[in-house]
Amino acid sequence: MLDSYGPEAKERMGFFTDTSVCIGCKACEVACKEWNLVPEDGLVWTGESYDNTSELGANTWRHVAFIEQSDPLRWLMSSDVCKHCTHAGCLDVCPTGSLFRTEYGTVVVQQDICNGCGYCVPACPFGVLDKRHLPRQDPPALPVLTKEEDGRVWKCTLCYDRLKGGHEPACAKACPTDSIQFGPLDELRERADKRLEKLQAENWNGARLYGRDPGDGVGGFGAFFLLLDEPEVYGLPPDPVVTTRDLPSMYRSAAIAAGAVVAGVLAAFVGGST
Amino acid sequence: MSSYYGRPVIKEPVWQPEIPWYFFTGGLAGASSVLSLVARLRGNEPLARRSLYVAAAADLVSPVLLISDLGRPERFLNMFRVFKVTSPMSVGSWILGISGGASATAALLEATGRLKVVKYAAEAVSALTGGPLAVYTGTLVADTAVPVWHEARHELPFLFGSGAVASAGAAAAVAVPREHAGPARRLAVGGTIVENVVMQAMEKRLGMLGEPYHQEEAGTYAKLAKACSLGGAALIGAAGRRSRFAAVAGGALLLAGEAALRWSVFKAGFQSARDPKYTVAPQRERLGYGPSSATETNV
Repeated sequence: MLDSYGPEAKERMGFFTDTSVCIGCKACEVACKEWNLVPEDGLVWTGESYDNTSELGANTWRHVAFIEQSDPLRWLMSSDVCKHCTHAGCLDVCPTGSLFRTEYGTVVVQQDICNGCGYCVPACPFGVLDKRHLPRQDPPALPVLTKEEDGRVWKCTLCYDRLKGGHEPACAKACPTDSIQFGPLDELRERADKRLEKLQAENWNGARLYGRDPGDGVGGFGAFFLLLDEPEVYGLPPDPVVTTRDLPSMYRSAAIAAGAVVAGVLAAFVGGST
Repeated sequence: MSSYYGRPVIKEPVWQPEIPWYFFTGGLAGASSVLSLVARLRGNEPLARRSLYVAAAADLVSPVLLISDLGRPERFLNMFRVFKVTSPMSVGSWILGISGGASATAALLEATGRLKVVKYAAEAVSALTGGPLAVYTGTLVADTAVPVWHEARHELPFLFGSGAVASAGAAAAVAVPREHAGPARRLAVGGTIVENVVMQAMEKRLGMLGEPYHQEEAGTYAKLAKACSLGGAALIGAAGRRSRFAAVAGGALLLAGEAALRWSVFKAGFQSARDPKYTVAPQRERLGYGPSSATETNV
């Protein structure tokens, strides 16, 4: 994956979010916002347990989900984040090359390049990316063709700047229970396997790893999870697949359809040109 | 089926009304370029000339719509920073850039009567890229995680392509004197028939995922598309040869139907993204699970 970086390639870094020890403190959300200067985008009470952030988006790069269950009686909490997929749909479909794969194997938007086409938004199987509709901070570039809103797409960078400085991402740094663990992906996977084994030995119902398998539809997540229930309970897709996996057959269909357009026009002239 | 407070799993697209209108103008431009060149080769000059003008006009409107939709319109040239085959939008931008430039050049030279050789070359380029231009937007929307689009990935280019052909025929039927518009009328009628057949096939393939085409705005636009396209094609087919009025009215009706069809597909995508069941249920099925066995949540 990082071959093109040559000697500059680094070990692939990622997150292992162990939701079995998440206490829902939201320190990750706050630390992320502070470090990355992610703007405030409205304060609301949703009435959905302790969750008032609701979802990942342009202005929320860590999102703690709260799920109240009655049978068995328990309160699930999970800090969601960009998955930094091995096969990232957002990166594949980005027409400007703004989204790119870093030397750490993470997926980052270059804000000086993004032109806000929005293609990555519905391409992500997790609904991670979104366009920022808050007022733009920099002065308009031109008197015409400029919008009031920021208009670019934003998401978790896995604290690319901190990684370059040899630090762990802000959310992992702030997590008081080590629910969010940062490190080389290979190590994290080993650690997660051991943790799952332990939980299963202790009969924790529903414990499972999500996104750990490099053979899944996105080639495994760079940021994977230990969940205590089915993914959809947390608002996550049960079997995410990178949309571009089907691209060769889609181009084939498009090529045939383009040929059919020409054939159709030619056929219209059968029986006379007027 | 359980979900997180009924919230969507994927994000709704952020595209604005410019985009379905572009699906319409891009299709019209692409198919009109092809129609123009074929008419030229078959010696039907009035049809060739008018279709070229239609193509050039639609090709000039298209980038305006696309740029206006961008979050950062002043950065539209970033579309040409790279050529990325994994991004149908990148491929499409190049197709539109080349096809639009060629058809505009050809139309200008046609109008001024200069540089015949350059004009023919430009026409050829515009026609060669016209087919891809007419269909690629179907592939573009299919290359997302939106269920109603992605699962129709093999039908959408045919739907948009046949719709493009029908709209090119309709526009020419309106613009060209009826004694020269025979092929345009046949194209309008044939394209409409194919399009409605493809639409049926697409809905059949989608099954439960196709529900949005019968609900809310997508459902309204789908009905409108069907009524207008079939009505317009019938009018053109039945009376377009004898009556100029029938050709113009039928053409206008058909063009309205083609725009409505793009709006229907566009809105269906939003509706399909908004409801988590369309994302979760097929994925669970793929994994071999039944309906969610998860503990009931969201008390």
